Amino acid sequence: MIWALAVAIFATVAAGVYLALARDLLRCVIGVSLIGAAANLVVFAAGRVGTMAPPVIPEGETVLAAAVNPLPQALVLTAIVIGFALTCFSLVLVLALKSRTGVADSERLRFAEPPPAADGKPAPDEER
Amino acid sequence: MALLVTSPLLVPLATSLLTLLSADRPRLQRALSLAGAFLLLGCTLALLAQVEANGTARVAFGGWQAPFGIEFAADRLGASMALITAIMGAATLVFQLSDADPAPESPTLLPLVHALLAGVGAAFLTADLFNLYVWFEVMLIAALGLLAHGAAPRHLDATLKYFVLNAFGTLLLLMSIAYLYGATGHLNFGALEAAGQAADPLRLLPFVVALAVAFLIKAGAFPVYAWLPASYHTLPAPLAALFAALLTKVGVYAVLRLLGDIFVSTPGLLFEALGWIAVATMVFGVLGAAWHWDMRRILAFHIISQIGYMLLGIALASREGTVGAVFYIIHHIIVKANLFLIAAIVFRLAGSYDLRRIGGLYKPRPWLGVLFLIPALSLVGIPPLSGFWAKFIVLREALLQGHYVWAAAALLVGFLTLYSMMKIWFEAFWKKHPDAGWQPPAEARLAPAFAATVALALLTVAIGLWPEPLAQFAQQAAESMGRAP
Repeated sequence: MIWALAVAIFATVAAGVYLALARDLLRCVIGVSLIGAAANLVVFAAGRVGTMAPPVIPEGETVLAAAVNPLPQALVLTAIVIGFALTCFSLVLVLALKSRTGVADSERLRFAEPPPAADGKPAPDEER
Repeated sequence: MALLVTSPLLVPLATSLLTLLSADRPRLQRALSLAGAFLLLGCTLALLAQVEANGTARVAFGGWQAPFGIEFAADRLGASMALITAIMGAATLVFQLSDADPAPESPTLLPLVHALLAGVGAAFLTADLFNLYVWFEVMLIAALGLLAHGAAPRHLDATLKYFVLNAFGTLLLLMSIAYLYGATGHLNFGALEAAGQAADPLRLLPFVVALAVAFLIKAGAFPVYAWLPASYHTLPAPLAALFAALLTKVGVYAVLRLLGDIFVSTPGLLFEALGWIAVATMVFGVLGAAWHWDMRRILAFHIISQIGYMLLGIALASREGTVGAVFYIIHHIIVKANLFLIAAIVFRLAGSYDLRRIGGLYKPRPWLGVLFLIPALSLVGIPPLSGFWAKFIVLREALLQGHYVWAAAALLVGFLTLYSMMKIWFEAFWKKHPDAGWQPPAEARLAPAFAATVALALLTVAIGLWPEPLAQFAQQAAESMGRAP
């Protein structure tokens, strides 16, 4: 089972990196959120799949037969929430960029860092 | 006591909520924000005094003691970092009251600033690796909101680049935390330290390296600093100062905590590699600055360059190196924020951030020229300013350990820093203004700006003239961390 999880993580990271390296901005942020999903799976896998002793047992109680380590699940829940918020934010950001500037290509995304002027010196910042 | 330890988180978080609730009443919101900033200053001062008197203060949340519960631990390093965070928050919020390139007023501005302060303060005090990740994310989200605040194409562009490159950092951070947890079964710093000493250091090495790389992305180290010069110069002055002062330093602090406290038994090869990364960070940062003519962009590249010195202190892997790194971080936060703020005053008076379009400020405003020179020469490391002592401690240790190449690179970068600072000074103050009819605007509201910058400059001078208390404090901070002398 852990091997299946490992393969799934590998495939998700590979797909995420491939998308994140794309010049299209939407693909790029979707790639980042895919890597985030893979990171969540890694946290999940860190607790091992299947039964093991939970880290904390109340005094006098015994371990259940089919208990799993609950801590990574709590951690992964936190990470999912954060990742979801960031994904939403990044999607809105890309849409705002696209609708305001018409640019969806990272190569042409030079608003903050304009390319050098014709004489090779840094271009003066016109907006300020 | 428990409240005091958590106050660097609770005070800004409460202020953030209160300013959000008072968003439709701008005057009340501003008053609440300033009150929150100065309350934070008072709380962190009290916390530092408490830690000085009684040693490390610990709080475990929800009654679950370490290593099971989440713990906040304020040792000397963490408490001093929380104090400097509060100083920066107060200084930039006072500066925001002036009309020197302030952040555009908006209902969500102040809540986001305080959320950022909460994230930074909590990151300095937490003693739990996953909790640290959460605070990094809080900082990231608040920083994204502030970056996108202007909503012009340049702001959105900067936000996107900042987001994508930083997201790689946080995701790597999350993955390596998961690996470390899988390998040791712990997230608490103290428990990880014990597990690291018990385990074969080579077994944990890949995970420690991955974690260090994630922190280095956050710190803006070579070659993963591209997000910093792509975004910082689009920020209005108080926010740029706040970002420049705090965000990269949280990354450096995390590297210091990881390699100088928790996993000190990491093989020396990692520290050797970190030393070369530090040298490359210094050199590439300062070269990037030399090309630019926009003051904000020059200063942004100098952040990277200075990060190299702090990493060098950590890479020396000795107690004196740690002392140097702590001293350097504290000195640098004050100086760097002040440079951004003074550049904004220059912008207000001379009309542009671009050095080719301004000049002649020395004649009407000679004291501004002096005020700029204090942090600028401190950044270079000219005695008797604070930067001299910071560099002195790091370089002496490097030479004592026989790392002559690293020390030589650090000295060379010092000269190039001097070149950049003199470029700003001569272009903005000494040469004639390109527009012959230029007069500094008479009605500029600069009193709050001068209050903030003069206070920070006085701190720099005070550290420079009396380095002994801070050096001693850094020494004690290093002693309470994991490294043997």
